[in-house]
Amino acid sequence: MRVWRQTLRALLSHWRRHPVQFFSVLTGLWLATSLLTGVEALNSQARDSYARASQMIGGEPQASLSTPNGALFPQRWFIELRREGWPVSPVLQGRLTLKGHEDQRVQLMGIEPVSLPADSAVAGQAMAIERIVEFFTPPGNTWISPETLRLLGLREGDTPPTVGGHRLPPLLVQKDMAPGLLLVDIGVAQALLEQPEQLSRLLLPKEFHQALPASFKDRLQLKSSGEENNLARLTESFHLNLDALGFLSFVVGLFIVHAAIGLALEQRRGLLRTLRACGVSARMLVACLVVELGVLALIGGLFGVISGYWLASVLLPDVAASLRGLYGAEVAGQLRLSPVWWFSGIGLSLLGALLAGANSLLRAARLPLLAVADPQAWHQQYTRWLRRQGWLATGLLVIALAALIWGNSLSSGFVLMAGLLLGAALALPVLLSALLTPLLGRSRSVLGQWFLADCRQQLPALSLALMALLLALAANIGAGSMTAGFRQTFNDWLGQRLSAELYINPTNPAQAREMHRWLKQQPNVTAVLPNWEVSVTLQGWPADVFGIIDHPHYRQHWPLLDNSGGDPWGKLATDDAVMLSEQLARRLKLKAGDHLSIATPNGTWSPRIVGIYADYGNPKGHVLISSDHLLRGWPQLTPNRFNLRIDPAQIPALLTALQTRFELDDSRIIDQARLKGWSVQVFERTFAATAALNSLTLAVAGVALFISLLTQSQSRLGQLAPLWALGVTRKQLMLLNLGQTWLLAVLTLLLALPLGIALAWCLDAVINVQAFGWRLPLRVFPLQLLQLMGLALLATLLASAWPLYSLYRTQPADLLRTFAHED
Amino acid sequence: MLEVRDVFKSYATPQGLLPVLQGVDLTLGAGGSLALMGESGSGKSTLLHLIAGLDKVDSGSIRSGKHRLESMNEAQLANWRRTEIGLVFQQFNLIGSLRVEDNLAFQARLAGRHDSRWQAHLVQRLGLGDLLTRYPEQLSGGQQQRVALGRALASQPKLLLADEPTGSLDEATSDDVLRLLLELLDDTPTTLLMVTHSQRVAARLAQRVVLSNGRLA
Repeated sequence: MRVWRQTLRALLSHWRRHPVQFFSVLTGLWLATSLLTGVEALNSQARDSYARASQMIGGEPQASLSTPNGALFPQRWFIELRREGWPVSPVLQGRLTLKGHEDQRVQLMGIEPVSLPADSAVAGQAMAIERIVEFFTPPGNTWISPETLRLLGLREGDTPPTVGGHRLPPLLVQKDMAPGLLLVDIGVAQALLEQPEQLSRLLLPKEFHQALPASFKDRLQLKSSGEENNLARLTESFHLNLDALGFLSFVVGLFIVHAAIGLALEQRRGLLRTLRACGVSARMLVACLVVELGVLALIGGLFGVISGYWLASVLLPDVAASLRGLYGAEVAGQLRLSPVWWFSGIGLSLLGALLAGANSLLRAARLPLLAVADPQAWHQQYTRWLRRQGWLATGLLVIALAALIWGNSLSSGFVLMAGLLLGAALALPVLLSALLTPLLGRSRSVLGQWFLADCRQQLPALSLALMALLLALAANIGAGSMTAGFRQTFNDWLGQRLSAELYINPTNPAQAREMHRWLKQQPNVTAVLPNWEVSVTLQGWPADVFGIIDHPHYRQHWPLLDNSGGDPWGKLATDDAVMLSEQLARRLKLKAGDHLSIATPNGTWSPRIVGIYADYGNPKGHVLISSDHLLRGWPQLTPNRFNLRIDPAQIPALLTALQTRFELDDSRIIDQARLKGWSVQVFERTFAATAALNSLTLAVAGVALFISLLTQSQSRLGQLAPLWALGVTRKQLMLLNLGQTWLLAVLTLLLALPLGIALAWCLDAVINVQAFGWRLPLRVFPLQLLQLMGLALLATLLASAWPLYSLYRTQPADLLRTFAHED
Repeated sequence: MLEVRDVFKSYATPQGLLPVLQGVDLTLGAGGSLALMGESGSGKSTLLHLIAGLDKVDSGSIRSGKHRLESMNEAQLANWRRTEIGLVFQQFNLIGSLRVEDNLAFQARLAGRHDSRWQAHLVQRLGLGDLLTRYPEQLSGGQQQRVALGRALASQPKLLLADEPTGSLDEATSDDVLRLLLELLDDTPTTLLMVTHSQRVAARLAQRVVLSNGRLA
């Protein structure tokens, strides 16, 4: 114990004398843990919300019955099915706006607890008889999650009014309620949503399997429990992308730790030898170094998880908005994290520290006891290490190439990216050394030779920071090009696709039929394009089938990525033909000319695919068929939307007439500008978290460079003092140093450009295809690249400012001391 | 009592095995002092390292009391250095991040033999009283070597091994350090084995042997 204590004391005393290094290690661990745990917190929060939503009723996802196009249906169908012995339980779900909270989106769900399948739990609570009675006996209860209650600024027992003039039953907090959802008795829900005698779906026990009675075959369709719970599956790619960014930041953070620990070991070589000479065994020395690293990891990890929590809470609104906009998933706006998350954050820091410090520990264990404590040993070993690093980089690049050629999954896409990024990062010092060597040979001036030779000598100390800079820059170029390219492609696509001026959603089938007739009679409307919609499952993937009429509008405004030749729109109208969205075609591994099998109430239909089109941002599959074919399969369907072509000047008059005739509320009439605005907003918020994480990664790389320069500046006096003695002023020394840092940074930036563009291509053509199903054209934005280069140079300047200032302030006495200590 | 018997040691080099020690025999009685001399590359430091347990013999034996170094494992050798040996190097090898007083007490604390009175005595004899709160880099070469001597003697080792302890000091400082060392050894039963080039230094010790081409002349 005494040896432990004394050895640890001696080791730890190093940090007291080198506080910058101490903070480098802590900063690296802190940043690495912070970004990754932040992303994990976001993902865990979202997944917790999905789980709570999917387990809202029953503890297990239920099977359910609903209309093919998701429209409401009469309550008497429930009674009829109960009479036929079906154990169904009614649910009505809809959007509700509370007075004073017009900007908040709240879902209202009405259930009938008495008919719920046996042993069902609601929001994690067993529905005992007294709770059931309390729930539906006037005034009843409104179950609400604590987060939603807080978000709305309400208190338990409140009876908030709706914009429709109704009042909710008293609010009752249930901790396992899904966020953004209010649960009431079905009768109350029908009154609040002003949908008397209407239902959204009928719940069935999970294990219930029976064919629908003939009279319901066309009216309702059975959805199995798996289909009901596809949120987690749909959002998987979104979370995987966040994970990937988090891990990238983690790796960049570990580069800092690795650099700082490596340098600390080099500076402590003498100390380690003295300790060994004084009788500390190698095993004990390594054990003490591990303990020291563990303590540092614990401190860094603790700071990391605290700031990760903060980061997640800052990014959560954007992530929640993206998930809501893209997938309709409600995510609680307030973080609710389990102790496991906190411990895993600390665990990550420990693991990261061990990974980053493994090499140093190994070197400490193998430290030859009798070799002279030579601070230059590191440099001497560097050439050998550089050769090994070159081979390792080549190996990783070969793995990336193999993943590109033979891989066909999201995982192989990430292997490709990881191989490419890490391979390029490891190759960086080799390339920099290879670039500097011929330059050195050509330099004629003495100072120029020193400049390049010293620059090359700095590589071992700076290479890890430069690698981190390369990774962060490439990630920024890649993600930035992808995002900007996607934005442009998406806007072009929206401009073409959203060409109708108005989009009208009728309230119910009867209104749809009447509205269709009425719209066709309106002289101002140049085209009425009705949409019929039915939800199906194709090879396990949810998809919406849209029935459209044959109209020139589609030929002009619905661009196709691929078609089977001839006149695809003509074939769609007349033949047994369909068109598919790109992501669905990729998911089902189908192309134009193939046949697709769709289960209809009349049996399986196998039309030919005549066209593939882009459908960005839609996680569900999208299928276009002729309305004639759709209505042959689902004859009871009525149009669920009318897209209208109309002279914009005539819109106000039509809207007035529509509202007078059909009493439609604003939510059912959407004009083109609003829809485009909403779509663009969803897009921007989707990438807001990505952009924030990207900027943070660049900031981490800047910190890595700063720390490396600062740490290195303390040991550079030995190289600079002879120049000073030979007549180079301190100002000149400072400028030479700045020039060296910039030269290395500029060379790194030049190498980051092709790497970033290659990464953008991987994201556009591999990751997007595997994660979302769409492929984007590679677009390069020179202005964006120039901006990023400028930013990186500014970061380099800022990172080198303090070390340079310290050098400038170095007193002649300090420079003289380096000579005094020469042996 | 230190007994070195028929010790061989060679090192692998790119040109093949380089024999450094070729059958060295040496005996040194308890409390004695011996100067190990020889030209550069004669194997003096190698022999010192073998006796310190910093390296292992190829063949032969090194004994001190009940200890047989050739049969000790890494942990036992570490314990040998910690408890039985005091080492003084030409380059001082102080712990730069610890203050003088902590450097002085370091090995004694490691060995569990820290004695405040003995340390105070050493501080007084070595003239380090005003330097205790300084760091090694704030000391002159002579002062650093005095601290290194103090550290080696603070644990009251049976054997003090000194590798050119005055090699990097000027003549006056060297004399001063050597005088202090020998005076302090008078107060202890410690045996001294010193590697030195200097005839003048060697003359101050009780015994002198010369190592030449890996053998004692």
